[in-house]
Amino acid sequence: MSTAIELPHAKRTLANGLDVIVHEDRRVPIVAVNLWYHVGSKNERLGRTGFAHLFEHLMFEGSEHHNGGFFMPMQQAGALLNGSTNSDRTNYWEVVPTSALELALWMESDRMGYLLPALTRERFETQRDVVLNERRQNYENRPYGMALMALSAALFPPDHPYHWLTIGAVEDLRAMEFEDVRAFFRTYYHPANASLALAGDIDTAHAFELAEKYFGEIPAGETPERVEAEASLPREIRLVLEDRVELPRVYMAWHSPAMFADGDAESDLLADLLANGKTSRLYRSLVYDTRIAVDVSAYQHSREIGSFFLLASTAAPGRSLTEIAAMIDERIQRLADEGPVDEEMERGLAQAEAHFMYRLQTVGGFGGKSDQLNAYNVFLGDPDFFAGDLGRYRAATRESVRAAARTHLAFDRRVLLSIVPRGQAALALPGSEPVAVS
Amino acid sequence: MAVDRSRLPSPGPDPPFHFPQVVRHMLGNGLKVRTVEHPGVPVVTFVMQINGGLGADPAGREGLASLTADMVDEGTGMLSAIDISDALARIGAEHDVEVGADATMFTLTTLTRFAGRGARLLSDMLTAPSMRASDFERVRQLRLDRLRQLKDLPPAVAERAFLQLLYPSHPYGHLAIGSDASLRALKLDAAVRFHKATFLPGRATLVVAGALSHGDLLAAAEDAFGGWRGEERVLDAPSAAADVNPKPNSSPHLAIIPRDGAAQSELRIGHLSARRDTPDYAPLLTMNAILGGQFVSRLNLKLREEKAFTYGVRTGFDWRRGLGPFSAQTSVHTAATAESIADTLQEMSALRGTRPATAQEMSFAQASLTRGYPRNFETAQQVARSVAQLALFDLPDSYFEEFVPKVNAVTIDEVTRVAQTYLDPSRAIALVVGDRNATEESLSTLGLGELHVLPPS
Repeated sequence: MSTAIELPHAKRTLANGLDVIVHEDRRVPIVAVNLWYHVGSKNERLGRTGFAHLFEHLMFEGSEHHNGGFFMPMQQAGALLNGSTNSDRTNYWEVVPTSALELALWMESDRMGYLLPALTRERFETQRDVVLNERRQNYENRPYGMALMALSAALFPPDHPYHWLTIGAVEDLRAMEFEDVRAFFRTYYHPANASLALAGDIDTAHAFELAEKYFGEIPAGETPERVEAEASLPREIRLVLEDRVELPRVYMAWHSPAMFADGDAESDLLADLLANGKTSRLYRSLVYDTRIAVDVSAYQHSREIGSFFLLASTAAPGRSLTEIAAMIDERIQRLADEGPVDEEMERGLAQAEAHFMYRLQTVGGFGGKSDQLNAYNVFLGDPDFFAGDLGRYRAATRESVRAAARTHLAFDRRVLLSIVPRGQAALALPGSEPVAVS
Repeated sequence: MAVDRSRLPSPGPDPPFHFPQVVRHMLGNGLKVRTVEHPGVPVVTFVMQINGGLGADPAGREGLASLTADMVDEGTGMLSAIDISDALARIGAEHDVEVGADATMFTLTTLTRFAGRGARLLSDMLTAPSMRASDFERVRQLRLDRLRQLKDLPPAVAERAFLQLLYPSHPYGHLAIGSDASLRALKLDAAVRFHKATFLPGRATLVVAGALSHGDLLAAAEDAFGGWRGEERVLDAPSAAADVNPKPNSSPHLAIIPRDGAAQSELRIGHLSARRDTPDYAPLLTMNAILGGQFVSRLNLKLREEKAFTYGVRTGFDWRRGLGPFSAQTSVHTAATAESIADTLQEMSALRGTRPATAQEMSFAQASLTRGYPRNFETAQQVARSVAQLALFDLPDSYFEEFVPKVNAVTIDEVTRVAQTYLDPSRAIALVVGDRNATEESLSTLGLGELHVLPPS
């Protein structure tokens, strides 16, 4: 028995190219305003990394007609708000009481249409320092915090835009020129490169009127060229990084199908059945039965032009990464040979269906309904994919999941990264090359 | 329809919102049940809140409440830990445990069509855990390993040491996970006894919120928990940490846990301040919003937006049934360590009188606390957890309705008064987890007395 899961909505495109998507949900008197710009760190280039994210910070510092902080009037109206940048997109959202919807639209449209007159060198430099502190807090001063940097650099060649992380390199952040901000804004921050979703306590026709009123006057820009890049691994790469950690951890990373591509949902299911919960194959083997590891995780990092599948496991005190890696390999091999059993498929689907339902509970914020509509619209050109998205999981079979394991989790095309306590490089997997990240 | 960009549109009056109606029930075994109808998405959340959290840990046995709570999904009846995990996954359930200062909260969310199965599973786990020795040893070892890993995580290191400084020899003075020594001293029978003494219908409140009628929500609760019987006689029921008065504090005012070469200093600055049942709750929330409780607070604007010392700073009350701390928490660039502490203390002090809240700050803080209040009631889980808070702190069911008018009634004078009463920079403890060599000299100029160097954990 399965429940119909739907996310009804309407979409229109303004004359200037701005996509507007509306979803009504009148249960709570709030409206989610969610605005995506199709730009992320994949639009940067080597030597100039971290720009898209730094720019996101500048969007909160004021625009021509409201030359002051973005938070002040929004919070005064009772809004919850935030923004984020990843490799593929930048999003901005506010959840406001219905009565403050026009305020949110006024402010979002002002920073889309009129940001540059308010942007000063001083604001730019302050936010650059804030970002350097964000980097220290979330990467440099955090155990295993540099792992993704090392992995991305090894998985993707220097001319591939997933080679670097969104936070950027310190030297690039320091070398940024204030003048670069203008060109970046003109290229990426305009209606034809954006998608606006309004979800919540609002009438659809009225929502379209308001979108036209506030955003219709902003001139169209040119749709930026789509970023294309290829990456593959010719062999297994073994790396070691010394860090301020107590217990060694091994990471395994593979290239995997791009977001929404064939095999993407199967990779997600693979991650689940390998390492989600005590029933999962690897948790059970590594942490529950043999206790050679203290944790294990797996995740399909779905991204626009190429994903990666990441496994990680931390050694129990006195146990070696070598025995952990051997056991993981043995379990992956078995999965590639035999595929999952029916119980695993049923469990995976039950979880996927429940999680799709849970995602219908909030109108705004990261992962709320407005964010999902924008994700489908920006990456697929059509917001109407909620049921289709779940359909990908319903369509997965034992054989398609087995095929995904066989095809994507090959031992001779992956990156193995050992993170070990400082001065103990010998705890890494044999044959690992030291890697430098900063 | 041209836009007037000469000024911001002013929001209209707040739309009416009806807070969830809480219906109280009592089962025959003494279990308090609260049901809340939350129509819309077919999801239901069960929150079982049991009186007894980390504050119920006996001295020298810190971590007992949390370890016991962790044992409930390790097996029940014929089910092993693996079987339970499988059963939860098959109904797509999300399940977690939160061990607070005064209570332990188990949350299970599932689809309404699995409400009965979810409730029975939760009941089996909570009321009849297997408590096998082999599971206990494994779980305890994982916690010891986790503690070891936390040594590398500056926020966790700071949190743990700060509690010890705030609450010397008090049952609140430790993290839920406990310490290496206390975990090693814990035996299975202690967990078994703790479970017997604590997991009793008379000490628990079950909140059920979801897209079902009160009758159906109650039926699910009754069916699963109606047969729960506690022990007849409990000799060692945990005492209430809230009733233990903290001693006058002789902790140092300035302490550091050295972390050579750290990229940033993790800071905690504060002191014990207020109990959750204080009549000044609304003015204190308003004061906190102005000082450091939100993005546009005095402290965040100064340390982040003006000086760029940090990615962000927050202040807040850690509300407990007993006396709880007020503190500022941040992570700052090493070179800015001393100045960040000085600025924080100065802002705490200024709000007490030299720079009282302005009318603009007041209206701003009140609006930000009240106007977005309805969005806290979007999901069944949000609703259930909010209602559990009412039970934890003995608040009336009308609390949600009264929150907005109470905050809006706070005056500037009240904010100044509560700042004078509940904030005291001269009592504050400033704790640094960071590079000692790079900060020691500037820290000595703060006038906070001698810098005490604390061991790493």
